[in-house]
Amino acid sequence: MTKRTIKVDYLARVEGEGALHARIANGQVEHVELNIFEPPRYFEALLRGRDFREAPDITARICGICPVAYQMSAVHAMEAACGISLPQPLRDLRRLLYCGEWIQSHVLHVFMLHAPDFLGCDSVVEMAKTNAPLVQQALRMKKAGNAIIAAVGGREVHPINVKVGGFYRTPRRDEIAALRDEIAWSRDAAAEALQWAAGLDYPDFERDYQFVSLRAADEYPMNAGRIVSSRGLDIAGDAYEKHFAESHEPQSTALHSHLIADDSAYLVGPLARYALNFDCLPADVQAAARAAGLGPVCCNPYQSLLVRLVEVFYAFGEALRLVEAYAPPELAAIEVMPSEASGCWATEAPRGLLYHRYDIGADGLIREAKIVPPTSQNQPSIEDDLRGVIATNLALSDDALRQRCEQTIRNYDPCISCATHFLQLTLERDEKGAA
Amino acid sequence: MMATAPRTKPKLAVWKFASCDGCQLSILDLEDELLSLAGAVEIAYFMEASSKVVEGPYDLSLVEGSITTSHDAERILHVREQSKALMTIGACATAGGIQALRNFADVEEFTRAVYARPDYIETLATSTPIAAHVAVDFELRGCPVDKHQLLEVVGAFLFGKQPVLSGDSVCTECKRRGNVCVAVAHGTPCLGPVTHAGCGAICPAYNRGCYGCFGPSAGAAMPALSHMLAAHGMQPGEIARYLRTFNANAPAFRAESERLDASGGKGTS
Repeated sequence: MTKRTIKVDYLARVEGEGALHARIANGQVEHVELNIFEPPRYFEALLRGRDFREAPDITARICGICPVAYQMSAVHAMEAACGISLPQPLRDLRRLLYCGEWIQSHVLHVFMLHAPDFLGCDSVVEMAKTNAPLVQQALRMKKAGNAIIAAVGGREVHPINVKVGGFYRTPRRDEIAALRDEIAWSRDAAAEALQWAAGLDYPDFERDYQFVSLRAADEYPMNAGRIVSSRGLDIAGDAYEKHFAESHEPQSTALHSHLIADDSAYLVGPLARYALNFDCLPADVQAAARAAGLGPVCCNPYQSLLVRLVEVFYAFGEALRLVEAYAPPELAAIEVMPSEASGCWATEAPRGLLYHRYDIGADGLIREAKIVPPTSQNQPSIEDDLRGVIATNLALSDDALRQRCEQTIRNYDPCISCATHFLQLTLERDEKGAA
Repeated sequence: MMATAPRTKPKLAVWKFASCDGCQLSILDLEDELLSLAGAVEIAYFMEASSKVVEGPYDLSLVEGSITTSHDAERILHVREQSKALMTIGACATAGGIQALRNFADVEEFTRAVYARPDYIETLATSTPIAAHVAVDFELRGCPVDKHQLLEVVGAFLFGKQPVLSGDSVCTECKRRGNVCVAVAHGTPCLGPVTHAGCGAICPAYNRGCYGCFGPSAGAAMPALSHMLAAHGMQPGEIARYLRTFNANAPAFRAESERLDASGGKGTS
């Protein structure tokens, strides 16, 4: 008899336009739906007929927050298609660039989008009124991450220097050396921020996630590795489409990703990377994580905030190592000749596994493109979390429950602009059963 | 500050239409200035950054993204009604963005290519700039915008003056930066001669030809550019494709790419 509807018409502090609609009847969660109303932009369609060398610049425009991730998956997929791999110095430079993106994206999310929930603030600006030193420290860390992207990539948003085969120009020694001191300062600041975040109050909520991420032989994964899961999956990146598929759920607006074998949902992103690669973190990063109260696996989605800070701390350390060892590579790029082939690759975007596949012709033109971003892979998990959170918090008032739901969605740092090209869009006006 | 402080702070709103969020992210990327900016204006509506919504009217609206749905075509009218001044930020809002490539194609075919259930997708056949729908007080170029230009424009608004931004081509910025001309010295195709200034000539500084993120400059000599690119060995179809990226729908780029198509060059389908 009693019906409640929890609605959020426009989610704040997420990237892109989305809404939440949940229906509760007689104390049971009847329906949960994350609505995506971001308009489609048709990247996979408009890539057809473009030159294979244009893919990194065009796909960067899918997302202004993680353009480097799109560029990295695109260039590696093209290089795989053309049968080349880069020498170590160029791979190192790409890793440095990716460190910059992880840092700026994670710091943006932790402090500007996510932390305000824990402190009862609307925004980072309001947070700065009571936590000025912390916010200033966060902005300085973010700036250091952006400075890495600008030095290697030419600018912070939509870098211009990433090329199939390498880079247009490798930075001079002095351009990279100039980054060092701020990175060193920021690494210490990240350790302090992690200690601060350990003291926040996290809702008591855990789920038995099926984690999926890359795993590399000898390093925390960014640009390379096998795709592994916490339930024993271990495949090469080019087998992705044999094991993962997207399907259209009748009650949902979205294409949901799932494992083909058992139709199960899975989780990508910081929690998954961390759980599947904890042993690849340096001892001091592991120690900092433990000091913040984390074990080698974290199943509380709210504590993804802590895990992001662990990754920020790691990425600054990794950037410092790469900066101090940097010598301009002899060649900025190796020449890549197109051939009629198909190539695919997955890298670790800040929000998780990002898969690209391209079929190209001998003329170098793209015939087909497939892109699977992290947020569409996580959508079933977000909805499952919401179902659990609502079921265990029915005693909360509508306002409090709505806020808790929004916070739950923000745990994922969802990138709706990314997901949109792949998620079904409907404007569900039919609100049957609304209270 | 010398100016007399207004009694109430101007209300700033940031709106999103079809876009990647990169231009509004540029506001949050003003790490050194963000808190001062928040002190000078009231951030009244900025969904990406704040869950607080202050009712309009707004003194200044920054609009990101292009119009691609009938719902958004309605929404921009409401944004205009509530805004004393309206500025577009970036190539999507100013020219239609990369998603305007649909304007050269069949959007229904695009929908079938991407979505399993095309019947669920509601979209317009075109992606159009904000100025095609409502009056716009200032258009800031770039894919993405340059964050310092963004600050200049907002600052100019606060002090009631016109922003001072160059309408020259990237070539002038390239000379000022002391770059070697990649077109003349290396024979690298470059859109610098016809592209609006604003980025600071980043690409040539990285040994790369400009690819037109800021759209056409005032008085861009398009046929002369095509002639130069043809001399570098580019076919008409390749030149048309080169002009069809993030500002494909900007009038000068659009007219030239269509002229090249009509001239019998291989199109880009």
